[in-house]
Amino acid sequence: MRVVLAEDLFLLRDGLVRLLEAYGFEIAAAVESGPELTRALAEQQPDVAVVDVRLPPTHTDEGLQCALRARRERPGLPVLVLSQHVEQLYARELLADGSGGVGYLLKDRVFDAEQFVDAVRRVAGGGTAMDPQVIQQLLARRASHDRPLDRLTPREREVLELMAQGRTNAAIAGRLVVTERAIAKHTANIFAKLGLEVSDDDNRRVLAVLAYLDRNL
Amino acid sequence: MDTHSPDGNFAARARTSALTSGRGLALAVASLPEALLCYTLCLVSIALVPVVGIGLFTTPWAVRWLRSFADRRRALAAKWCGIRIPSAYRPLPADGRPWALTYALLRDPATWRDLRWLLVDATAGFATALLPALLPLYALEGFALAAGMWRIYVGTTGEAYWYAFVPVSGQLPALSAGVLGVVFLLLGVRWAPALLAVHFRLTRALLAPGQEELAERVRVLTETRRDAVDSSAAELRRIERDLHDGAQARLVAMGMDLGVVEMLLDKDPAQARRLLAQARQSSADALTELRDLVRGIHPPVLAERGLGDAVRALALRLPVATEVGVELAGRAEAPVESAAYFAVSELLTNAVKHADADRVWVDLHHSDGMLRISVTDNGRGGAAVGAGSGLSGVERRLGTFDGVLAVSSPAGGPTMVTMEIPCALS
Repeated sequence: MRVVLAEDLFLLRDGLVRLLEAYGFEIAAAVESGPELTRALAEQQPDVAVVDVRLPPTHTDEGLQCALRARRERPGLPVLVLSQHVEQLYARELLADGSGGVGYLLKDRVFDAEQFVDAVRRVAGGGTAMDPQVIQQLLARRASHDRPLDRLTPREREVLELMAQGRTNAAIAGRLVVTERAIAKHTANIFAKLGLEVSDDDNRRVLAVLAYLDRNL
Repeated sequence: MDTHSPDGNFAARARTSALTSGRGLALAVASLPEALLCYTLCLVSIALVPVVGIGLFTTPWAVRWLRSFADRRRALAAKWCGIRIPSAYRPLPADGRPWALTYALLRDPATWRDLRWLLVDATAGFATALLPALLPLYALEGFALAAGMWRIYVGTTGEAYWYAFVPVSGQLPALSAGVLGVVFLLLGVRWAPALLAVHFRLTRALLAPGQEELAERVRVLTETRRDAVDSSAAELRRIERDLHDGAQARLVAMGMDLGVVEMLLDKDPAQARRLLAQARQSSADALTELRDLVRGIHPPVLAERGLGDAVRALALRLPVATEVGVELAGRAEAPVESAAYFAVSELLTNAVKHADADRVWVDLHHSDGMLRISVTDNGRGGAAVGAGSGLSGVERRLGTFDGVLAVSSPAGGPTMVTMEIPCALS
C-alpha cells in the first residue's frame, strides 16, 4: 500500500516513515510543505495520504486545505489528517462530501502503533477514522439535549462511540470482549432508537451515525 | 510687502486673495445666522431639560446640529487654510434612549466648548472672517471717493466725509483717500490669506480639546497599559505554574519510570512492561495538558483560521444551540483577534453557565474601521459589568485596544453584550 506523508517536523516525519514501513507500507513520498504535498498527491496517486494539518509555508491549516482540494479533484481520495488538536469544525469539513475514506486523529494516537496502522488501513479502504475526542465532543454537546440519545443504555453508548470512530463490528466486538452477534444486536437497537436507517455497509453506517451526531442542536 | 515680485506672481497673489476674500465673506454671511440660531436652540433645549422634560428630546437633536456645524467648520479650516482642528467627542451610548443620550451629551465637555465657541464665532469669528473681504471693499470706497463721489456726500450733508482718518471735504483729500485705498488694497492682497487663517486659528483655539481632556486620555492610557501589563504578567505566572506542575512533572515521572524499566528489563520483564505502559500514559497525559495550555494561550484554530472560524469552532463546543454570523473581509492583527476571541469565549461561558441560556447568537462584523461583536442569549439576564461576572475583566482587556463593551441585560433576559474594537483588517 503506497502512502504519501506530509509532516513538517523532521522527528515526527522520520518516526512515521519508520513506523509505516515497519508495518509493510510503501512510502511513495514524505514531504514537508503544502505545495510539495499537492505535487506529490498528483504525481504519486497514492492509496492513502497521511497529512499534518499545519504545514509550511503559511503554518496555518495548509495541510487540511491541500487534502480537501485534492479530494475535490479526486473524490474519495483516502486522507488521514493528523493534528496536535482536534476541532469538530475540521472534522465536519472533512466529512462534508459524504464519500468516506477520511480520518482525523490526534498525533498522540501514533503512540499505539497497532491502532494507528489499523486506522490508516481503514481509511485507505474507504472507511472512516475519527478521533475519540471528536466523538466525545459531539456526544458531550448533545448530552441532555438529545432525547433519543438519552434512551441508549450505557453499553449501547459505548458501541455507538466506537462505531462513530469508524470501527467495524468485528473490531468493536474484540474491544468490548463480546461476540459479533451481540454487537450486531446493539447496533440494530441503536439505529432503531435514533431513527436511522439500518445499512449492512459498515462505511455508510458510520457516516450516518456521524451525520446524526453533528446535526444541529 | 514684496514690491520686487514679478507681475505674474502678483496676479496669482491677487487671485488668491480675491478667492480668500470671497470665502471669508461667504463664511461670515452664512455662518452668523446659523451660529445665532443654533446657540439659541441649544440653550433653550438645555434649559427645558429640567423644566418640562421636552429638552430630553430636543437637546440631542440640537447638539447634533451644533456638532455638524462645528465639524463643517473643521473641514473648511483644513481645506482652506490647512489648519487641522481635532475633535474629541466622546462616544455616544448605543441604545439611544433620550435621557441617556442627553445625559451623555451634557456631560461631554466638548458640548460646552462648542457652545462657547458659537458665541465667539458670532462676534470675533464673524469679524475676522469678514476682514479679508472688508479691506478690498474699503479700498473700492476710497477709489470711488477719489473719482468724485465725495461731491454727492458733501453736497447733500454739507459736512466732511471721514475715510479712515482722512476728512474728505474737497478733491485733494479725496485723492489722498484714493491713495489710502491703494494701500488698503495692497494690504488686502498681501494679508487676506493670513487674515482668514486668523479666523481659523481663533476657531481652533476654542474648538480643540483642552489640556484636561488630554490629561484624561493620558490617564486612561496609563490605566489600560497597567492592566495589560498586569494581566500578561499574571498570565505568564499561570503558564509557568501549569507547566511546572503539569507537563514538566509528568516528564520527570516518565524519565524515572524509564530508568527503572532499564534496570528491570532482564530481572523482571513483567514489571518492566507495566512501567512502560505507565510511562506511555504519562506522556499522553503530558500532551493533553500541553494541548489545554496551548488552547488557553492562543487557540490553534485561531492561528490557523482567524477569528470567524475560531468562534465557529468555539460554538461547536458549546452544549447549546449557537448561531454564528461572520462578516469579516480579512484578518485583524493577532493581538486584537486574540482579545476578541477570549472576550467571546468568556461571554459564551457566561451565557451557558450563569444565564442558563439554551440559545445563543453571535455576530461578528467589521465596518468603518470598527470590529463589532454582539453576543445575545435567551437566558435569565441580570448580567452587569463589575458584578464579578467576568464582564469587567473583558472590558479591561478590550480597553487595551480602545475597545468598549455595552451590556443590556434586564432581569428575565435576554442578555445582549456588544463590543466594539477599532482596528483594520488585512
